[in-house]
Amino acid sequence: MLKFIAKRLLSGAITIWFIATATFFAMHAVPGDPLTQEKAMSPAVRAQLEARYGLDKPLIEQYQLFLGNMLQGDFGISFTQENRKVNDIISKHFPISAILGLAAVLIALVGGVAAGTVAAYYRNRWPDRLVMIGVIAAISVPGFVIAGLAQLIIVAMNNAAGKTLLPVAGWGSVNHIWVPALVLGLGTMAYLSRIMRASMLEVLNADFNTAAKAKGVHGLRLFWHHQLRNAVLPVVTELGPTIAGVTTGGFVVELIFAIPGLGRYFVQAVQQLDYTVIMGTTVFYGAFLVLVVVLVDISYGLIDPRIRLHGGGGR
Amino acid sequence: MAMSVFRFARRTWASADLEQIAPVPLPKMATPAVVLSSLVVVALLLFVSIGPLVWGQDPSQQWLSQISAGPSGPHSVRLIRDNGPWQPPVSEPPQSLVVHDANTEFVRLQWPQIEGVRRYRIYRASAHKAGLGLAIAETDKAYYQDQLQLSYQIYRYTIADADSGLLLLAREVRPEAAISLFEAQLQGLVPVGKSGRQAKWLEMPGHPLGTDALGRDILARLMAGGRTSLFVGVVAPLLYISFGCIFGAIAGLAGGWVDQVAMRFVDFVVALPFLLFMILFRVAFGIGPGENGIMPLIVAMLMLSWPGSARLIRGQVLALRGQAFVEAAKLAGVSTSRVILRHMLPNVLPMILVAFSFAIPQAIFTEAFLSFIGMGVSPPTTSWGALCNDGIKTLLSHPRQLLLPALFISVSVLAFNLLGDALRDATDRRAGVAKA
Amino acid sequence: MCFLLLVAGQAWTQAVDADKAKVTLALATEPPTLNSAVATDTIASFILAHLMEGLLVYGPDGELAPGVALRWQLDADGAHFWLRDDARWSDGKPVTAHDFVFAWRHALNPKTASQYAFIFYPIKNAEAVNEGKLAPSELGVRAISDTELKVEFGSPCPYFLSLTAFMTFLPLREDVLAQWGGRYAADADKLTVNGPYLLTKWVHGAHLQLRKNPQYWHSASVRINEIDMPYITADPSSQFNLFRDQQIAMAPLDTGLLNEAVKRGFDIEYFHTGSLYFLEFNFREGRITANRAFRKAVQRLIDPAVLVNKIIGLPGIQPAYSLFPVTVKGLKRSFREEYPVLRVDPDIAAARAYIRKAKAELGISEIPPLMLLAGDSPRALQEAEYYQYLFKNGLGIELRIDQQVFKQRLEKMRRGDFDLVSAAWGPDYDDIMTFADLFASWNDNNRGRYNNALYDRWIRVAQNSNDPRTRFNAMAQIQRIVVDDVPILPTYENGALYVQNPRLRGVRRNIFGGDPLFRYAWIER
Repeated sequence: MLKFIAKRLLSGAITIWFIATATFFAMHAVPGDPLTQEKAMSPAVRAQLEARYGLDKPLIEQYQLFLGNMLQGDFGISFTQENRKVNDIISKHFPISAILGLAAVLIALVGGVAAGTVAAYYRNRWPDRLVMIGVIAAISVPGFVIAGLAQLIIVAMNNAAGKTLLPVAGWGSVNHIWVPALVLGLGTMAYLSRIMRASMLEVLNADFNTAAKAKGVHGLRLFWHHQLRNAVLPVVTELGPTIAGVTTGGFVVELIFAIPGLGRYFVQAVQQLDYTVIMGTTVFYGAFLVLVVVLVDISYGLIDPRIRLHGGGGR
Repeated sequence: MAMSVFRFARRTWASADLEQIAPVPLPKMATPAVVLSSLVVVALLLFVSIGPLVWGQDPSQQWLSQISAGPSGPHSVRLIRDNGPWQPPVSEPPQSLVVHDANTEFVRLQWPQIEGVRRYRIYRASAHKAGLGLAIAETDKAYYQDQLQLSYQIYRYTIADADSGLLLLAREVRPEAAISLFEAQLQGLVPVGKSGRQAKWLEMPGHPLGTDALGRDILARLMAGGRTSLFVGVVAPLLYISFGCIFGAIAGLAGGWVDQVAMRFVDFVVALPFLLFMILFRVAFGIGPGENGIMPLIVAMLMLSWPGSARLIRGQVLALRGQAFVEAAKLAGVSTSRVILRHMLPNVLPMILVAFSFAIPQAIFTEAFLSFIGMGVSPPTTSWGALCNDGIKTLLSHPRQLLLPALFISVSVLAFNLLGDALRDATDRRAGVAKA
Repeated sequence: MCFLLLVAGQAWTQAVDADKAKVTLALATEPPTLNSAVATDTIASFILAHLMEGLLVYGPDGELAPGVALRWQLDADGAHFWLRDDARWSDGKPVTAHDFVFAWRHALNPKTASQYAFIFYPIKNAEAVNEGKLAPSELGVRAISDTELKVEFGSPCPYFLSLTAFMTFLPLREDVLAQWGGRYAADADKLTVNGPYLLTKWVHGAHLQLRKNPQYWHSASVRINEIDMPYITADPSSQFNLFRDQQIAMAPLDTGLLNEAVKRGFDIEYFHTGSLYFLEFNFREGRITANRAFRKAVQRLIDPAVLVNKIIGLPGIQPAYSLFPVTVKGLKRSFREEYPVLRVDPDIAAARAYIRKAKAELGISEIPPLMLLAGDSPRALQEAEYYQYLFKNGLGIELRIDQQVFKQRLEKMRRGDFDLVSAAWGPDYDDIMTFADLFASWNDNNRGRYNNALYDRWIRVAQNSNDPRTRFNAMAQIQRIVVDDVPILPTYENGALYVQNPRLRGVRRNIFGGDPLFRYAWIER
């Protein structure tokens, strides 16, 4: 087990290096640079700024410098948020995205597994249809529309009640989390409930289910040990990329609900070509994802003992 | 996963036997759900392919005289020649608020100079709504020409003192449907450069679903947009899921170091910042003369979206590999390709179909999101996603412009979902057959 | 979503609170920096206008009023300021002439790399200091005493007084800057201010809060005690929803929100932002757009009035016919009132005739597809699509839209990678020259590389003159050249629409000196 984890972490480090390198050169290949401004700059000012940020050096040297600093965990100073360290931006804003993302994944996971199970149990009956309609509604409307509509609903609710039942936007209290997290997790919930329904149907039709029933296993025990554990596997496989998508894909929600998460900074950085913030967040997200994937692999192994941990299942 | 060790236990391990058990009977495809959803898909395809031929309107034609208009039939409009700056004729000032001319190109108002008023503020409202409406202008003169997005409806104009807010005069005005000479020439309704006699009235085509914020026929745009959306929505997932499946299957089947390397590569791609690479691809591929930006979009989606299905399939293959019937088949000397085709593929197919049915709307939305940030298709090419994005900013005032394309997206998503579902159920029936 | 109804709510906060004299607002973006020497954006300008006070300030009616300077004297070759002795920094130290001298030298120091350094260039030696050819101490500004400041001009600068209200001209404390170094003004506790408000809170990306500065010399006249900005979002719908929910006191409006705001009976206001939008042509070697007949054709084709009235459709935005918006000051009134511009009427027949002429001059039978570089905002795209349609139907020319995000668009503009580009210019200082010298051949912001000896000559005439009449006559010539030779095609003068809480009064919307300005605002009960 330890060997497996160590191996995964090592390959994770290589992945991060790959990502950092690809992003670094991709970023520099895009025309323009972070110093590009609306108003033309005098060559002297430009030279000064380039020197300050080390942009006057050859690209390969910049890359070496970047790698060296990265190993020390230093990503430098932001171009657009002047005077702010990239590390500072990440440490301040990632927790916010993470809380939001985690809440969204939890809502999606609980909601998705529950809805998928119900749909499978009542296959082709009205609960199933209801779930499927909900799923389709959730995935047929773009995220930014759902977020906007949710906000309109809150405003209408607050106006009707004459007091703030739920905040329209902002961040700072538990109440600020619910709606953005639900909006953020809605698509994932729909997706997971589809996967859950499909795999639960497989399980319900499977022989081991029949066999277990024949052996007299029933009720919650049957559901928990035989049905849910087997059916939830594909959902768990999907969870890694899902967490990734939700924590990094919250840009629109963060924008509309005025949440100071890292996703907003990242997209802003890409559009502004803020080199240091792009690199810092990319490497950070990369590391985060690698970690999540390793954890998912481990949990996959724990849930499904058929997959041996060493060698990722090879025999 | 549908098979288990119980079934094999009752049989002897002969290759020939396995051949008999394992073959998957062709699923019965013609269930009502399949037929229905196929019909919807076919209808959508017809709508986007034959539709434009039947309807015949140019999706990029901008009727400036009918910006954001509601549904309308063919109608005739008056040709307006002089819509430049205007001053009222020098004669004695009017006694009340008078309308010199009122059409959808301009409404010309004049009122008596009121003593003590330094500046006038002009409000305009729909006659059937309460309130002053919108303050369209402030002026120190006792006349005004309103040209601001006039439509064919009754307006109520109110003149107020800008400083004190005191309401002075009000009047209802019904502008006549009109088109300017410049626009008529631009649309080719009136020959250019020939002075002399020109028709006083012009026939305008109808717009059964209204027009958008640039006066374009929404029906024609839905047809044109659907072509792009369905193309991207089907082709991109087809490509990336196929690629992902092959990749995942190879990784899962080969196992060992191949699997390790492949999965690290997947991790690598998953962790790539999607937006940055989209921008990069877009810049790298560029949009050449006359191109519409669809190919760069599909290529970029292919390169960044496949890992999900690769993971899924690898997971399934790993799970299946461990199962007894596959091992049994192997032991019985069934060739690897046969094991894959006959035993594994039918088992993973439902998963692929489910993934595919979800990938289509996802692809449609990815396209929409990219259009949203200016990385999607380039005008005049449009798509349902791009139409949604056009419509979202007028959601509150003209919800139709967002809801119609959204409806089409929903219907197509629904159809593809039902189709995927039905196919899944159909392939699944095999389990029932085998069990019997 | 019914379960959400069960969640207990918090107190119903008000957008405006008369008891506490508190206003709540939303910010579109976070200010990148609050260091006045290097700040460039409008948000920083807005915050700094409340935190700091320059020599002169903009008064309640938008006029120049005494700030730190009690009185002043402006001559042809320089300016002299007498500072008040009761101006204090937030830590109680007096604001002295040395603080200004330090701030200006600091901004011009090439190491500071301030992008607004050019705005000091009328001051003697400023350009040489900025290029590192002279030491900062050589700058033509000195403190005669703690309360007396003398400025020497290198070239005539009749608009210098309005410059002193600009953020780059704000004073800086040498010791505070030395204390924090690169981290100066990065957080609420890392700056010292001398204006009506203190920065009491700065949670990055989330929350800024300003409170009345008791050390401010005229704090008795400040009627709003607290400006709270707990929301940062650039989404107008989101801001509008906050406004509807009575969480914020002001919100911007765009096309989609206008009708809704009207329907709800909100107070809709607008003001001229002073900026000009235009189509810029590329004059680089081999571009079709360098041909005058072609540009004349475009001029006869695109009618700013149609663009504004039909496509944009917002009140407060005006069609533009001149390089100079109506907000530019003339001798006594608006420049445009004193020197009316010739309006060219749209005419398809004339446009087509010009195209035939252009083809003959260029010796081509067909105009190849042209590239229109456009921004990524919805309005920019809509505008571009309109031009695309006009070009195709009116002239038979294919216009390809190259939609780019901000930085890439600027880079393409700089490189000249376009035929036409929709661009905009906001005035930097309150003088006609901020627009006029834009298309002088030496100006780096002249992205199309327009080069017209006559144009340059009139700019030189105006720059070297102190006589207002000579300057404005030269500007009238510039205005005529722009209509005649079409280096750019003005399209519209921008206006900003917004809704405002009716109890909030006296908020100044400014082109210069920080917008919106709450310094003179109050809340009605």
